Amino acid sequence: MRRPPWWVAGLTAVTLCLLHLPIAVLIASSFNRSRFAMRWDGFTLDWYSRLLERGDILEALRASLVVALVSTLLATVFGTLIALGLARHAFPGRRIYQGLLYLPIVTPEIVVGISLLVLFATAGVTLGLGTITIAHVAFNISFVAVVVLARLHGNGRDLEEAAMDLGAGPLTTFFRVTLPQILPGVIAGALLAFTMSFDDFVITFFVAGVGSTTLPLLVYSMVRRGVEPTINAISTIILAVTTIAILIAYRLREGESS
Amino acid sequence: MRRAARWLAAHDRVRAWGLLAPGTLWLLAFFVLPVAIMGAYSAMERGLYGGVEPGFTLASYARFFDPLYLRILGRTLWLAALTTLLCVVIGYPVAYAIAGAGRWKHALLFLVVLPFWTSFLVRTYAIMFLLRDSGLVNSALLALSLIDEPLTLLYTPGAVLAGLVYGYLPFMVLPVYASLEKLDPALLEAAESLGARPVAGFLRVTLPLSLPGLVAGSLLVFIPSLGAFLTPDLLGGARQVMIGNLVQQQFGAGRDWPFGSAASFILMALVLAVVYVFLHRGAGALPEEVE
Repeated sequence: MRRPPWWVAGLTAVTLCLLHLPIAVLIASSFNRSRFAMRWDGFTLDWYSRLLERGDILEALRASLVVALVSTLLATVFGTLIALGLARHAFPGRRIYQGLLYLPIVTPEIVVGISLLVLFATAGVTLGLGTITIAHVAFNISFVAVVVLARLHGNGRDLEEAAMDLGAGPLTTFFRVTLPQILPGVIAGALLAFTMSFDDFVITFFVAGVGSTTLPLLVYSMVRRGVEPTINAISTIILAVTTIAILIAYRLREGESS
Repeated sequence: MRRAARWLAAHDRVRAWGLLAPGTLWLLAFFVLPVAIMGAYSAMERGLYGGVEPGFTLASYARFFDPLYLRILGRTLWLAALTTLLCVVIGYPVAYAIAGAGRWKHALLFLVVLPFWTSFLVRTYAIMFLLRDSGLVNSALLALSLIDEPLTLLYTPGAVLAGLVYGYLPFMVLPVYASLEKLDPALLEAAESLGARPVAGFLRVTLPLSLPGLVAGSLLVFIPSLGAFLTPDLLGGARQVMIGNLVQQQFGAGRDWPFGSAASFILMALVLAVVYVFLHRGAGALPEEVE
């Protein structure tokens, strides 16, 4: 594609700046001694140290991490298996299944959250970290499957067949040939699932119940009570965690395509 | 063991189902079943303290045709459509610029995608922080003496719109970029050698060929906007209610689970209808792989 006209390039630059402005202001404000964005009263880590004093925040962070790790593990396994099944095997209804796999992605989060609330209420299951984890696995399976599937495109079974010809059993083939091949895609899917779980608000909101809180839920209730700089600090931390995960995923992609 | 392995190897279908089974079962139990139960709830009687009572009734669906709720539906459609339009207007030039950026492409794409991957809640809060009465926008305007007192930027339709566009812009940029990237420069050169001026070249060559990306991007923006909950909740306050908020109210203070289920079902039907229309109108136009 040829170079864009100057005004298009200019518009793009402005848009990109505006895209990052709110986040930049947020991060900067978390280090600002003043509560007001316009006034810079000096650099401080006070808002961050206050976080460490808040047991509820630390508890919510711990809950978010545990839920994210467990749900990512399960969703990655299930999603990868689905992707392998779809990519490498022909069976009747394959196209339909692949289409249906997109349903959890397309369905509005509020519908997913409410329907799970309804399910748990009907079954008499107490809401808590367990139900949150179940919900996160449910919506992440499709994401992982789709990501891994995209990577599997064109990845033939030649190496597996060669290994089998050489006498390797199915399990050995899987762990020593298939898995290393698809690993970058699987990790990318896992990182995606992790960030989606860690950041999730809407679905978690409805299946969390009274006793348990994740970090996004806590941030939401804090925001509802009114803006305060501590929220900026937590937000910056959340941003940092997810950015690192995304950077890793991006690095993996670059490394794979080169 | 060996015989089982060989039998499995010979029966491709069984292996396929074996691989698909765990995930599929989970999805059936925790996605399909819940939606089905919710559908059943939507046609049941309302329980006294929330929940449902046995009894078939379509009263909840009938109630949705009240002007109050139709207005909410209308507002939802309107905001989603406007968001999509703004994303096209803002996102297309950005995608165009990135596609022509040469070696800066990947870095620029990363810059566009990065906010999208971070927490939606945090980004929505960031807009709140910016637009509130003592936020940066008002403070700057006051400092420049452009206004005398803070403008009410928050809790307006504009704030919700800003939040939605801000949240979903990358969804528009990426597909449009993908289809612009695949554009063969030779086509444009051919048009120019035949005498077409740049504007004509754009309108008659570039734009039509980037249509698949526009369709995909519009789909990726319109659909989530329909189901928006957090954005109108935080940025719109009590006045900018969209369907998502309506559903939440019914399961919260409203204590009308059947009505909430019905509204939720209507939202889902709306989304599926849009997907269906997009996929069939733009069936040939959709790209195979949308990154």
